[in-house]
Amino acid sequence: MTSLLEVEDLSVGFRTRRGVVEALSHASVTIRPGELLLVVGESGSGKTVLAHMLLALLPRNVDVSGSVRLGGQELLALPPAELRRVRGRRMALIPQSPASSLNPVRKLGGQLLEAARARGLSEKQARTRLRELLAELGLDLEFIGGRYVHQLSGGMQQRVVNAMALVGEPDIVIADEPTSGLDADLVDATAAQLREISARGESLLVITHDLRLAERLAGRLALLYASRIVEVGPTMSFFAGPAHPYGRELLRALPEREGKSIPGLAPELTALPGHCAFADRCPDRFDRCGESIPDLYPAPDGVLARCFVHAER
Amino acid sequence: MLSAEAITKSFRAATGRLVAIDRVSLELECGARLGLVGPSGSGKSTLAQIMAMLLAPDGGAVRIDGDRVDVWGVRCTRELRHRVQLVFQAPRVAVDPRLRLGEAILEPLAASAIMPAGADERAELLQTWAARVGLTRDLLERFPHEVSEGQLQRACLARALVVRPRYLICDELSSMLDVSTQAALLETVAAIQAERELGVLLITHDRVLADAWCGAVADIRELSTRDEAEAVAVATQSRSGALNVLLRGGLRRATRP
Repeated sequence: MTSLLEVEDLSVGFRTRRGVVEALSHASVTIRPGELLLVVGESGSGKTVLAHMLLALLPRNVDVSGSVRLGGQELLALPPAELRRVRGRRMALIPQSPASSLNPVRKLGGQLLEAARARGLSEKQARTRLRELLAELGLDLEFIGGRYVHQLSGGMQQRVVNAMALVGEPDIVIADEPTSGLDADLVDATAAQLREISARGESLLVITHDLRLAERLAGRLALLYASRIVEVGPTMSFFAGPAHPYGRELLRALPEREGKSIPGLAPELTALPGHCAFADRCPDRFDRCGESIPDLYPAPDGVLARCFVHAER
Repeated sequence: MLSAEAITKSFRAATGRLVAIDRVSLELECGARLGLVGPSGSGKSTLAQIMAMLLAPDGGAVRIDGDRVDVWGVRCTRELRHRVQLVFQAPRVAVDPRLRLGEAILEPLAASAIMPAGADERAELLQTWAARVGLTRDLLERFPHEVSEGQLQRACLARALVVRPRYLICDELSSMLDVSTQAALLETVAAIQAERELGVLLITHDRVLADAWCGAVADIRELSTRDEAEAVAVATQSRSGALNVLLRGGLRRATRP
């Protein structure tokens, strides 16, 4: 099957006062229609940059190379007007922080309608569609519409932005940390919503550091560490036993597993080493790890892992 | 012991008065790790702020080692304030963006006029705490926007500990952090807690985390003494063995006519 979204050899660097921050190095991922891809990594690993890159939401102090194609169309070279058409209608973002993504001084009804109208719906269609969508999410348009963002709980705010993303029936939905700051009940609800969106046949890219959410959403998973993809494969293989030592150590840090931290800190993105970025913290380290950056090597179960352990086999 | 006794707090809301917590009682022993869980909006943070003397309750009492707190917020005495410290949920908004991390960590000492006079002493104190919470010297020179959330939360932890509290309240200390950072931060808190017999109240919406880390876990919804039912007694043996009965029933009788 052809790919819906193809990211090829994408590198993103930010020029800052402290030098170039290599936020993403040579990332390649694809999403086929109807597929759910999880991009998992710790803060600073580059996962949000990837999402923002796809939507061309990055600031000016940025150097980009590589390619991002949606349905064969290159997005990185698109003029702003074209891009606006792609965004929202073909691609929608569920933003990381609903509270700060919504306008604090406008009532939500107007904002929801505006989002729907921008996707080309008529006033009437927009109202009907929003009412349905919000009802599915357990909210009432009239109740929500007359309120300001600060008057809603975190969970309600999340559902409002979910509705905004879905209203234009996009080809692909990008969810950036959809569960951050939600309590267990709302995480359940959000996971269920995302699974439902996925089950409707929508393509979904979910960016998260929440491993529990990742496990429940299944699909495929790409693990990022220090701006590189270090492992990519079926989510279930990852949770059954990660192919990369970083993945393994990360799972051990979960309180329900061992709650054991990984010694040391991730390298600064301004000073990434010329060898495996995890080598200094890796319990399995051997000589080669300190010499060069490993490629993504095939590991069992259709997994690719950026670790020399798999090159040797 | 740090105790909250039948605390009630309500806020003005568009729809009338919103009762955040209603006659909630909780006791935290020195050297104990107590978890407080509950869904968002159940009043966990309100209780934390009251127990840290930042917010005055409408009713009920807070006692710190037997001393009843009767002034709140900025009027609270430094001595009392230093006995209970709070680490806030969102480090980005809990730190002055214009202070370097090192300055932020020592800010409580400056504010209480107990900052060591000598520059060497200050540097040494800072270095000790930075090492304890896992911050490098280089990071101490940075501004909050130049570090990660996890690094900033480590600085907030050091800032809370620098006044040598007897009780530490962590309000969603790690909910915004990655699992490995969370594990590292909790390992740090655990080490200091054991070493100083610190009483730690870990407020979290992550029940799994609370069960794994705390000696005992209380659900705020079960701590209210408003019903005729006994106040909850969620008492288990702590890992350190220092903790026995954390939450006792019967407070209701003492505080209600």
